[in-house]
Amino acid sequence: MDDVKLKKASEHGIQPPLALLAELSHRCPLQCPYCSNPVQLEKKTGELTTEEWKSVIDQAVEIGMHQIHLSGGEPTVRHDLEDIVGHCTKKGLYTNLITSGVLLNPDRLKKLEELGLEHVQLSFQDTESENADRIGGFKGGHEKKLEVAKWVRDVDLPLTCNCVVHRQNIDNLENFIQMALDLDAERVEIAQVQYYGWALKNRAAFIPTPDQLDHATEIVEKARVDLKGKLVIDYVIPDYYAKHPKNCMGGWGRRFLNMNPKGDVLPCHAAETIPHLKFDNVREKSLKWIWENSEAFNIYRGTDWMPDPCKTCDRKEIDWGGCRCQAMALTGDAKNTDPACSLSPLHQEIFSMAADEAKRPPPEFIYRRYGVRFNSPT
Amino acid sequence: MTDILKINESIVPKFPKHVRFRFNKPRKEWVILAPERLVKMDPIAVEILQLVDGEKTVKIIANELSKKFNAPLETILDDVIEMLQDLSDKGFIEENG
Repeated sequence: MDDVKLKKASEHGIQPPLALLAELSHRCPLQCPYCSNPVQLEKKTGELTTEEWKSVIDQAVEIGMHQIHLSGGEPTVRHDLEDIVGHCTKKGLYTNLITSGVLLNPDRLKKLEELGLEHVQLSFQDTESENADRIGGFKGGHEKKLEVAKWVRDVDLPLTCNCVVHRQNIDNLENFIQMALDLDAERVEIAQVQYYGWALKNRAAFIPTPDQLDHATEIVEKARVDLKGKLVIDYVIPDYYAKHPKNCMGGWGRRFLNMNPKGDVLPCHAAETIPHLKFDNVREKSLKWIWENSEAFNIYRGTDWMPDPCKTCDRKEIDWGGCRCQAMALTGDAKNTDPACSLSPLHQEIFSMAADEAKRPPPEFIYRRYGVRFNSPT
Repeated sequence: MTDILKINESIVPKFPKHVRFRFNKPRKEWVILAPERLVKMDPIAVEILQLVDGEKTVKIIANELSKKFNAPLETILDDVIEMLQDLSDKGFIEENG
């Protein structure tokens, strides 16, 4: 990077972060080919200890954070999950568990509920077993998840169904919404695959056609009206087909922190795909220091770093230039305008390439596993 | 979730189990927290919500505020109903019972 002094969080007028996404472990029994974890997965031996997580939680509360999302990988692989949840709730963080569910049992859920866990997000790969288990790479997973959803509601924990949709399950969208209703969920997240890391390597297997996407959007909009007051529906479209890029993370280093299993503090879960970023670690620095000073945060804060067309765009403080990781993945430079933006010089080319992939038969999945070798770089 | 709730003066409002109304000390602000939601509350809303305990009716809440701020009950009652209805529509308030 250039030898320019970067402005710190406070010099941008940025408040302390609101929420922490805590990746407790990258270990997971599922192998979803769109996993949001980095391609280089962290091993168990590198993971933060219980005491280290407790210290992070204390620091998060001290700087005024409101919420923690306990995620992974699969957070329930950690035998100290109960300790961590108990510590979060005792300190007053709103505590949310994001899980595949397949390792849970009724006793453990009851215990987590007693410890004050406030909400469970359960992932679903499809609405019927055969395809769901094929996508997740875990036999019997779907049936187990349906059972887990029931256990969650049995202990009166609120439930969100997390549904990642793509060309190989998007025709079941109405069934996803019905499933959430049948499972007595408060909320359903319908999220189109976002193309970083594993998902980018599998893009041709996942990207829907524009027609499929339009149809899905119609279904969601109708369901939102029909189910108002009964089911909250959050919807994330694949930004390849959007006019404006998504305002990723509410702007780089403006609202959220992500921590990986070994304690690196990241501006978002995909930030490790930007090779020149150097992350600070909670084993060496405090969370407060990192939010204020970490170069990995300050480098893309505000608007000073932006080139054209972002620099002169009247949406620059709305979109914040879109997604840095997507710019990196698709243009080779994280500073470039996110190609999802229609003003990006690469937008048309990438849009056509994706639309073309969507028309061809889907290739085999590259499953998320430790130590996968990739033949063709994207 | 239940069907759409219509707030009136005899309803006993409460926060659903997954909704927390909390004071964040470092930030010195009251917020409503729910899954993936965080809403800052203005001072009037805070006065009202501090009285939501799953026991008081809307009318009792309005009465207490009317005394505390020495203001006409009818005006306060309208404000309380309007605010609680808005929060109920967003899933942050439900009826106890």
